[in-house]
Amino acid sequence: MKRITILAAVIAAAIPFSALAHKQWLVPSSTVLAGKDAWITVDAAVSNQLYYPDHVPMRLDNIVITAPDGSTHKPQNPATGQYRSVFDVQLAQQGTYRIANVNAGVSARWDTPESLAAAKAAKDAPAPAGGGMGGPGGAARGGMLRNATTEDLATKIPKDATNVQVIEGSGRVETFATNGSPSAIKATGKGLELVPVTHPNDLFAGEAATFRFVVDGKPAAGLEIEVIRGGTRYRNAQDEIKATTDAKGEFSVTWPEAGMYWLETAATDSKTSVPQAKQRRLSYVGTFEVLPQ
Amino acid sequence: MRASISVPVSIAIGTLLVAPAAQAADLSITVEVPRINAAEYHRPYVAIWVEDAGQKSVADLAVWYQQTDGKEGHGTKWLPDLRQWWRKSGRSLKVPVDGITAPTRPVGKHALKLDQKHPALAKLPAGKYTLVVEAAREVGGRELLKIPFEWKGKKASTGSAQGKEELGAVTLTAKP
Repeated sequence: MKRITILAAVIAAAIPFSALAHKQWLVPSSTVLAGKDAWITVDAAVSNQLYYPDHVPMRLDNIVITAPDGSTHKPQNPATGQYRSVFDVQLAQQGTYRIANVNAGVSARWDTPESLAAAKAAKDAPAPAGGGMGGPGGAARGGMLRNATTEDLATKIPKDATNVQVIEGSGRVETFATNGSPSAIKATGKGLELVPVTHPNDLFAGEAATFRFVVDGKPAAGLEIEVIRGGTRYRNAQDEIKATTDAKGEFSVTWPEAGMYWLETAATDSKTSVPQAKQRRLSYVGTFEVLPQ
Repeated sequence: MRASISVPVSIAIGTLLVAPAAQAADLSITVEVPRINAAEYHRPYVAIWVEDAGQKSVADLAVWYQQTDGKEGHGTKWLPDLRQWWRKSGRSLKVPVDGITAPTRPVGKHALKLDQKHPALAKLPAGKYTLVVEAAREVGGRELLKIPFEWKGKKASTGSAQGKEELGAVTLTAKP
């Protein structure tokens, strides 16, 4: 049982675009600031509960901090613990900082004659007694590659591999903080992004906010949005709010109360940049602070 | 009988005479900072401003905050705790502002009198407005009070509001 749980955790940490139910997040210590020496500290983790680090820390290699003038910065004082990473951001400029973990990579999975034989044997054998909570289930594939380069795809996949799946992934986990007046947030034009209609540092309980989603800069219609308020440990339901983007890629949410909110959406398409990849998976997670009236 | 007619006439004439003379309109406000028994007491940050019918800030009248460096950085760091004021005006205002920003005030009643020449009121057209007073205290609470009034109306406009936690009595008189 213990071995299975550890295995599940290792796999979850290794697969950047995993479909498992763990939630990725960046949580800023504050989002509305003032003064010449404004700093925030940011928690970065992957967890079940919001916002309690209970699973694995987020790796900080791909954190990009975009200042109001468009310049990009690295996290300051970074540290990674057992369950959580932390780093600081100095808001030296007036305006809005976008703090994001931006991932892009190609992964591949395939079967081999050996793995297919093992899978068949497992299927024919009696069902095992439970696979651990949230375990991966099913028999292992023949092999996998993550963060693969074009050369990896050509050389590291065995010649006898079958059912080769090459998937291009693009993920963004982000949050925002503003020193002084909020400033405009520009889309990068790459991947799945949120474009504010309502500014993300201007959110108040009881008021509606509108956001637009774009894929490669173009409106993303029909995306399913899930919004969950933090503090899930102290209530018995997720209380998720669901919405779908309209033809303009927009949706609105009325914040029921103040708090930190986690917003997630995902999309798939076939606009890959690597020829071997047939599918592109896009994911987005944002953390937004809603203040009381 | 004659007397009873002459009285309203003389009042009407009086009004006609006074109106074109553009008497100085003014706004008198009192704000009470209440005594609070707290193990750790800090004077509240207070913002006093005027909103129009659309709840947009049209005039900042006063902002009381710690204007010096403290152990925890400059006092401006906590201005966003005046949440509504920060959102509606503070974040786009470069403090300090002459005649508006001032140090925090002690417990007691504080009077403000602003005439129509005050920079905050000079360009304010006649009409209906709301006075808003917001107070936020370090390691304490936050409270917001509103008093509707008419600026440069036909007669003096008065109002009051009573705070429960972070503010005491607030009164307003707008003389036309």
